[in-house]
Amino acid sequence: MARSSNVTRRGFITSVMAFAGSIMGVVVGLPIIGYLISPALNGAKTDAWVPVGKLDNYPPNVPTQFSFTRTKVNGWEKTVNSYSVYVLRGDGDKIKVLSTVCTHLGCRVSYSKDSDTYACPCHDARFSREGVVLSGPPPRPMDQYETKMDNGTLFIRVLAS
Amino acid sequence: MISKRVFPWLDERLGLTTIYKTTLDRMVPKVNWWFTLGSATLFLFVMQLVTGIMLSVYYVPSPDKAYDSIEYIMTGVAFGWLIRGIHHWGATLMVITVFIHMLRVFFYAAYKYPREITWTTGVFLLLATLGMGFTGYLLPWNQKAYWATTVGTSIAGSVPGIGDFILRALRGGSDLSAVTLARFFSAHIWMLPAVIIALIGVHLYLVIRLGISSVPKEND
Repeated sequence: MARSSNVTRRGFITSVMAFAGSIMGVVVGLPIIGYLISPALNGAKTDAWVPVGKLDNYPPNVPTQFSFTRTKVNGWEKTVNSYSVYVLRGDGDKIKVLSTVCTHLGCRVSYSKDSDTYACPCHDARFSREGVVLSGPPPRPMDQYETKMDNGTLFIRVLAS
Repeated sequence: MISKRVFPWLDERLGLTTIYKTTLDRMVPKVNWWFTLGSATLFLFVMQLVTGIMLSVYYVPSPDKAYDSIEYIMTGVAFGWLIRGIHHWGATLMVITVFIHMLRVFFYAAYKYPREITWTTGVFLLLATLGMGFTGYLLPWNQKAYWATTVGTSIAGSVPGIGDFILRALRGGSDLSAVTLARFFSAHIWMLPAVIIALIGVHLYLVIRLGISSVPKEND
C-alpha cells in the first residue's frame, strides 16, 4: 500500500530493525570495549617527592646508600617496590642522587670505597663516583633523580609508571 | 551492491536461506505472549554468557582476592558496575523466566507426546540454572555468600545416609574453604555452562523439529 514512495512495509520494518539493532549493538559494545581497555587508560604515573633524610646525615664526597619502598596498587593487589639510591653530597650545595639501576640492563650497582667506583655485577660495568661510565656496556651515565631541599631535608622526585 | 553477488555465493555453499527458513521463518500456531518466555530465557542466557566472560577478565577465585577483585570491578574499571549489575540481575530474572516458562508448558500440557524429551531437557535446564545461581552466589565471597553456601551445602548434607559424602563433595572437604570457592567457580564458568549449552542445543532442535504446541481448546 505504498502510496507516496516505493518503500514497502517489509522493507521499512527491516530498515527500522537494522537501525535499532545497530544502536543496541553500540550501546552494548562500547561499554564492553571501555571495560576491557580501562586498566590501560588508568595507568596514572606516580610523581612523588620522597624524603631521603636530613642533608647532614650524608658525609661529603662519599656516596651513601639510601633505601626506601613505595606501595603501588595494581587492580586488587598492592605491590611494594624497593628503591635504592646513592646520595652524593659534593662541595657546597651540589647534591647528586643516583639510581642504583644499571643503565645497561637494569641490575643493581653497588659502590666500593676501595676503587671509588660503582660496579655492576652482571656485565662488569664500572661507573665513577659521579656516575660516569668508566668501562663496560652501559649506554649512558647512571640516572639521576631531581632533588630539592626543604627545611634541611633532602627530597628526590620519583617518577614511576 | 557487492552483497547482491556475495550473498548468493555464500548461500549456495552454506545454505543460509535454508537455516533461516527452518529456524526463524517456520510455521507456528496462533499463540500468546506466554510463548515468548523461552526466547526471553535464551536471550538472558546469552547476556549472562557475555557478561560472565567479561567478569572473568578481572575476577579472581581465591579467598584473599575474590572480594577485592570484585571491589575493583565495581569501582576501578569503566562500566564494571554495569557489567556486574547486568550479570547479577540477569541471573535473578533468568530464574524467573525459566520458572514461568515451565509453568506455561505445564498448564498448557505442552509436555505431552511427542514433546516428552523437550520437557525432560527443560527440567534439567531448570536444575542447571538453579545450580548456576547456587554456585554464582558464593563467588563474591562476602558474608552473605559465605553463610548462604554454608547453609545450602548443609541442607544438601541432610540427605539420609550419603548426606555427609555429598556435603564433603560439594565443599571439597568438611569446611567451606578456598577449595570450595575454586570448585564452585569451576562449576559456574565451565561445567554448568557446558551442560546448559548442550541441553539448549537439544531443546531448541526439538522445538524446531516438532514445532510448538498451540493453546489448548475447550475440547482438548
